[in-house]
Amino acid sequence: MARMTETPPAARPPSQPDRRSLLRTMLLIRRFEEKAAEMYAKGKIHGFLHLYIGQEAVATGAVAAARPDDYIVSHYREHGHALARGLDPGAVMAELFGRSGGVSGGRGGAMHLFDASKSFMGGYAIVAGHMPLACGLGLAEQYKGTQRIALNFIGDGAVNEGEFHESLNLAAVWKLPVLFICENNFYGMGTDVRRVSAVIEVYKRAEAYGIHAEQVDGMDVEAMYEATHRLAERVRRGEGPVFLEAICYRFRGHSMSDPEFYRHKDEVQRWRVLDPIEQLRARMFDAGELDDARFAELQHEADAIAGEAVRFADASPPPEISTLHDFVYKERSDA
Amino acid sequence: MPEITYREAIRQALRYQLQNDERVFLMGEDIGAYGGSYAVTKGFLDEFGEHRVKDTPIAESVVVGAGIGAAMAGLKPMVELMTINFSLLAIDQIVNNASKLYYMSNGQINVPLVIRMAGGAGSQLGAQHSHSLESWYAHVPGIKVVVPSTPYDAKGLLMTAFDDENTVIFIEHTALYASKGEVPEDGYRVPFGKLQVFRPGADVTLIGYSGSLHQAFRAAERMAQEGIEAEVLNLRTLRPLDVDGILASVRKTHRAVVIEDDWKFGGFAGEIAAIIQEQAFDDLDAPVMRCSGSDVPMPYAAALEQAALPQEDGIISLAKRIVGGRA
Ligand SMILES: Cc1ncc(C[n+]2csc(CCOP(=O)(O)OP(=O)(O)O)c2C)c(N)n1
Ligand SMILES: [Mg+2]
Repeated sequence: MARMTETPPAARPPSQPDRRSLLRTMLLIRRFEEKAAEMYAKGKIHGFLHLYIGQEAVATGAVAAARPDDYIVSHYREHGHALARGLDPGAVMAELFGRSGGVSGGRGGAMHLFDASKSFMGGYAIVAGHMPLACGLGLAEQYKGTQRIALNFIGDGAVNEGEFHESLNLAAVWKLPVLFICENNFYGMGTDVRRVSAVIEVYKRAEAYGIHAEQVDGMDVEAMYEATHRLAERVRRGEGPVFLEAICYRFRGHSMSDPEFYRHKDEVQRWRVLDPIEQLRARMFDAGELDDARFAELQHEADAIAGEAVRFADASPPPEISTLHDFVYKERSDA
Repeated sequence: MPEITYREAIRQALRYQLQNDERVFLMGEDIGAYGGSYAVTKGFLDEFGEHRVKDTPIAESVVVGAGIGAAMAGLKPMVELMTINFSLLAIDQIVNNASKLYYMSNGQINVPLVIRMAGGAGSQLGAQHSHSLESWYAHVPGIKVVVPSTPYDAKGLLMTAFDDENTVIFIEHTALYASKGEVPEDGYRVPFGKLQVFRPGADVTLIGYSGSLHQAFRAAERMAQEGIEAEVLNLRTLRPLDVDGILASVRKTHRAVVIEDDWKFGGFAGEIAAIIQEQAFDDLDAPVMRCSGSDVPMPYAAALEQAALPQEDGIISLAKRIVGGRA
């Protein structure tokens, strides 16, 4: 009888977040993304590049509040989730560059970051197409009887896809350990949700499947942390999936080629006031946990890591042409 | 050796897997309480319980996707999709996820998933229930496509599918479930990518798989009465394809007819014909012929449906045309 192997469960993060660590992660994501944009302009990065600037609090708070072995299944705007999970920034940047030192060896690209050793099960570029996978990862852990859950990040654009509805229904009816986190930034590419969604409060759609659903301020990293921490444990108790709608905003275009005809500059400006990094910084200042010098130090640190990531990526060679056909099929190791 | 049906052979492989590998579980529409729409999993729910045999909602995409996810997490799921017709609602999962994950992740994540579905026509099920879309799946690198034509193959190939580290699309033929043949009781394997010379012959090669193999065989038997000895090849798997086996036969007979239920235009027979002319052009004495389904949605009326499918007479006339004066 072939048996399943078990790994010991990971520790639960503390109920109170480490604000400094959250700030550090958000600064890293911001700086990393700014560097990526620069590198795109310089022609080092090609294809589609979707920046996470503005939404840092969602990935940072959620991933910090989950256990380190909880699966992450994300969409294509996933650099933030990858960095928050602790994927090596150099290897992430190298993937954007399409180099052999990338997390996916240059085979994936910006939309397909993978690090199975960190339970980072990928970025996916088919809107809602990754939701069934999160259900399956949760199903597997339920089947094995472990404590692991799956965090499934989706955009507001996913909610009108059939796979969204199929996934919510299956997760609910089988009580799968999946925490769905919808990053509602009000636009799917250039389309305002109000123009295409019959019900714009996304969490209500989950409620239609009998799923416990909440809305959270996705510009507030501590609110994200608190909600995820609480809801992840609820999912872990076997009470079924939970749906968290994080209200957020992307400050940059959909991808690098977006002229942003569809939204007004004033609107972007109103949201910029709610910058998640600035919110946490101000809070820490007020609490006496941070001063200008310490903040500058953290910024400098993020800057240095992003800079080092670029240097690593640039020095990494492109994949060998001779490897083109590698990893199409997996051979059996014991055959 | 006991003689059992194609259906029973598939059951035996599934039972063997459930009994011998706790990572294996089955899920699909009506596979449990109902017993499977082709009765393949009848009784399994009672025998193995809901943990191992899961009835799913009618939601093909998430069912296949959940199978992929579970395979990513180290399990060995088998998803039954009732029929190939409904697999179209899961094609995003098969093509965008199952086939590409190993590559996109640079070898970090593979998807050892078995997806079973019934295909083929000939039972008057109408246009939406009579597809032979195996060439669509065979077109995609990263997945394997298995097309058993006998009970022996069905069990042995399904056993091999569960050994595989990749996603295997296992296409059964609706008209073959009741067909009988000798099948060993043990857990033997039939390897992928190795065709079977179903009937040896020297004059012309008839290439078939799944349902079309049997038509090719009957055509060959009839031609033998007229002194033409056809070699009949049973492909067993379309991907991997036994190119060497095909070429070896063609080098001997110098002529080939490919038989498939699939539509002719853009179908799998065209791929085989192309491979033969690329790699064995000088060995050919005649063009490679295709005896395929007609390019129409499958009609319901019996006479029309039969006219749309390849028939023995058609195979024989194509074969005779290229054998020419030789016989
Ligand atoms: C199935 C599918 N349809 C269309 C697209 C093209 N597309 C890429 S991103 C996108 C918008 C998605 O918006 P949303 O889910 O809100 O995510 P966001 O970009 O806002 O993070 C579209 C339509 C796609 N990738 N997949
Ligand atoms: Mg959006």
